[in-house]
Amino acid sequence: MATVDVDLPHVKDEDPHHHGPAKGIGRWLYTTNHKDIGSMYLIFSLSMFMIGGIMALIIRAELFQPGLQLVEPNFFNQMTTMHGLIMVFGAVMPAFVGLANWMIPMQIGAPDMALPRMNNWSFWILPFAFLILLSSLFMPGGAPNFGWTFYAPLSTTYAPESVTFFIFGVHIMGASSIMGAINIIATILNMRAPGMTLMKMPLFVWTWLITAFLLIAVMPVLAGVVTMMLMDIHFGTSFFNAAGGGDPVLFQHVFWFFGHPEVYIMILPAFGIISEIIPTFARKRLFGYSSMVYAVASIALLSFVVWAHHMFTVGMPLVGEVFFMFATMLIAVPTGVKVFNWVATMFRGSMTFETPMLFALAFVVLFTLGGFSGLMLAIAPADFQYHDTYFVVAHFHYVLVPGAIFSIMAATYYWLPKWTGHQLNETMGKLHFWLSFVGVNITFFPMHFVGLAGMPRRIPDYALQFADFNSMASVGAFIFGFSQLVFIYNVIQNVRAGEKASAQVWEGAQGLEWTIPSPAPYHTFSTPPKVD
Amino acid sequence: MSGSTYYVPEQSKWPILASVALGLLAYGAAMTITSMTADRDSAGPWILGGGFLVLFYVIFGWFKDQIREEAEGLHSDQLDRSYRQGMLWFIFSEVMFFAAFFGALFYVRTFSVPWIGGEGAKGVTNMLWDGFAATWPLLQTPDMKQFPGASAVIDPWHLPLVNTVLLITSSVTVTFAHHALKEQKRRALEAWLAATIVLAVVFLYFQAVEYHEAYTELGLTLHSGIYGATFFMLTGFHGFHVMLGTTMLFVMLLRCFDGAFSPEKHFAFEAVSWYWHFVDVVWVGLFIFVYIL
Repeated sequence: MATVDVDLPHVKDEDPHHHGPAKGIGRWLYTTNHKDIGSMYLIFSLSMFMIGGIMALIIRAELFQPGLQLVEPNFFNQMTTMHGLIMVFGAVMPAFVGLANWMIPMQIGAPDMALPRMNNWSFWILPFAFLILLSSLFMPGGAPNFGWTFYAPLSTTYAPESVTFFIFGVHIMGASSIMGAINIIATILNMRAPGMTLMKMPLFVWTWLITAFLLIAVMPVLAGVVTMMLMDIHFGTSFFNAAGGGDPVLFQHVFWFFGHPEVYIMILPAFGIISEIIPTFARKRLFGYSSMVYAVASIALLSFVVWAHHMFTVGMPLVGEVFFMFATMLIAVPTGVKVFNWVATMFRGSMTFETPMLFALAFVVLFTLGGFSGLMLAIAPADFQYHDTYFVVAHFHYVLVPGAIFSIMAATYYWLPKWTGHQLNETMGKLHFWLSFVGVNITFFPMHFVGLAGMPRRIPDYALQFADFNSMASVGAFIFGFSQLVFIYNVIQNVRAGEKASAQVWEGAQGLEWTIPSPAPYHTFSTPPKVD
Repeated sequence: MSGSTYYVPEQSKWPILASVALGLLAYGAAMTITSMTADRDSAGPWILGGGFLVLFYVIFGWFKDQIREEAEGLHSDQLDRSYRQGMLWFIFSEVMFFAAFFGALFYVRTFSVPWIGGEGAKGVTNMLWDGFAATWPLLQTPDMKQFPGASAVIDPWHLPLVNTVLLITSSVTVTFAHHALKEQKRRALEAWLAATIVLAVVFLYFQAVEYHEAYTELGLTLHSGIYGATFFMLTGFHGFHVMLGTTMLFVMLLRCFDGAFSPEKHFAFEAVSWYWHFVDVVWVGLFIFVYIL
């Protein structure tokens, strides 16, 4: 990012439009304020993270030793399904939208999001959607049990009754995502302060612009595929039934056409966050700003033509296997550019290791590890061995937990002083980091080994030779899970009290958000700041 | 733009009520459909109905607020641009929704049906239904007991052709209305807008006739295999969008009678006309790929 010199006009609340927050519950129900809505998104995400986390711990407790101990296999399946759905749609995506709400207007010099009332609507749909999804746990036949990828015919012919509730829940959740994404694009393209050209935008803003485009492009496809399921289940169509000329594999094509861009929706904003944090604590400008932008754009475009690498073993013409294999490997190039640039930013920088930086560094190392296992999976002939094993579980948890989740934590620690006006408690932050870092690796690293040795995923029991690594993973999962209580403690403590934070907060931080006081005033800019 | 103050809309009760409406609609629809299939009674229809009531209340109230605020001059040029961009991206999301169903159609035609018929890379699937031959339109499904195929499909050169002409004409008339609006010819605006609505309603009537014929005479139903499934889902969702668009056009006509819209500021009208053009383009896609080819 180019250096941003800001001529900040008076930030005063004289204007009749710019009043403080309303009193009582009405503030949260009716709000049009991007900071309120951002906070609600983040709190919602944290609660879903806890619920999904408890489900993960139930899974790991059952897998602590071979045999069936704690739960019925059908309930185990409900747990794997709900854990995935809640973490993807309830924890990671809303967290990034919450961060976007808080930071994008501040970073581009806007007063608020472009469409503030729709912003409120986007958020408040989510609690209803997840109430519907969670209520399915108490329905006859139980919650969805067909995996978060809900492959037909498991999710159609053989699904529990609650699948219909799942379908409609996905529908309104998708509406929420689409509206959120439209709002973010309109904000970025239309609300930038004078002088904030596209190539001066902070990378977090850039990555979100591209992510929002992906969301608008693929969430409707998800809506389409669940609609086809609904029709197959209740109205006699045969989209996923070969007896009528359809094809269960068609489900997978449509689903993954949504699903692969979806996984980048969960990682591109993380790239943006890391690209903000590393320059701050390396006290150097980001290396290769424009190549970072082009890399993110290339990754996003490629994400539309690689979906079938999730389906190498289900039956595709050879030319399809080869195409999707090479297209997938091509993604390693722009991703490599990004990792190189992060490392080059740190090279000969004056580095310090505050909590956000620790999470960012762990991100770079562990996300890259997850990227490498992804490359292994991209090799079609090798994937025939790895498919549906714990190796896949290890891969995507490495990119999602120390990837997406760590970036969200890094972002929270990084911007929290700006939100609350209180300096971080570094000791507790570092405690949280080290417990999480150790916990994550103990949990997921052994899964590589059992996966390569052939342990299938989504099964509540396993062969005896996998016992040691599985008990290790379970111990790690409990360490990681409970160490998040430290995170919650840190956040609550920081909201309540702490040393007064300056506007700058971090010595090396650059960008508009660091020019305004901490905590940021309820309405950040009443007139556009000038960016030179 | 520099120096002007930003405008942030007031707090509003409509978004949260709209979320309540969507929650009730989703839960009510799921409950209704589930109990329908299981053949038992449930409170689903009541919840669904309640959802619709709240939704209509929100639609009327929210738009009323918008129109009032615009009349008060609260909408800045910047907000106007945000609305425009928002509408365009919304239409793009609709395009992608249809793309999913078009994609399904292309996939079954190019891959799955030929494979079940014994051709191509995965032709070995033919052993599931020995003797099944791939044709398109798929009148003989692999399992005629489970999915009885249609006796014939809709002839594209009768009603669908007429409907194509109707919709394309309506796209032209709505553009004429737009030009009339910009030139302050209010009578022409109302006339062209009314003409567009008439064309839309006739289109919908012909679609209904066509569906009736498909169900009663041709045996072409949702149940008649993948041809019926793709046919009804694509044309059905399109028809649903035409219905929405017609309603929107009708509201625009009422507002025109009410004296709304100036030659400079008429975003609502433009948004509706964009939506109408989108519906038209989708139909051209349907006419080519569903009816003709």
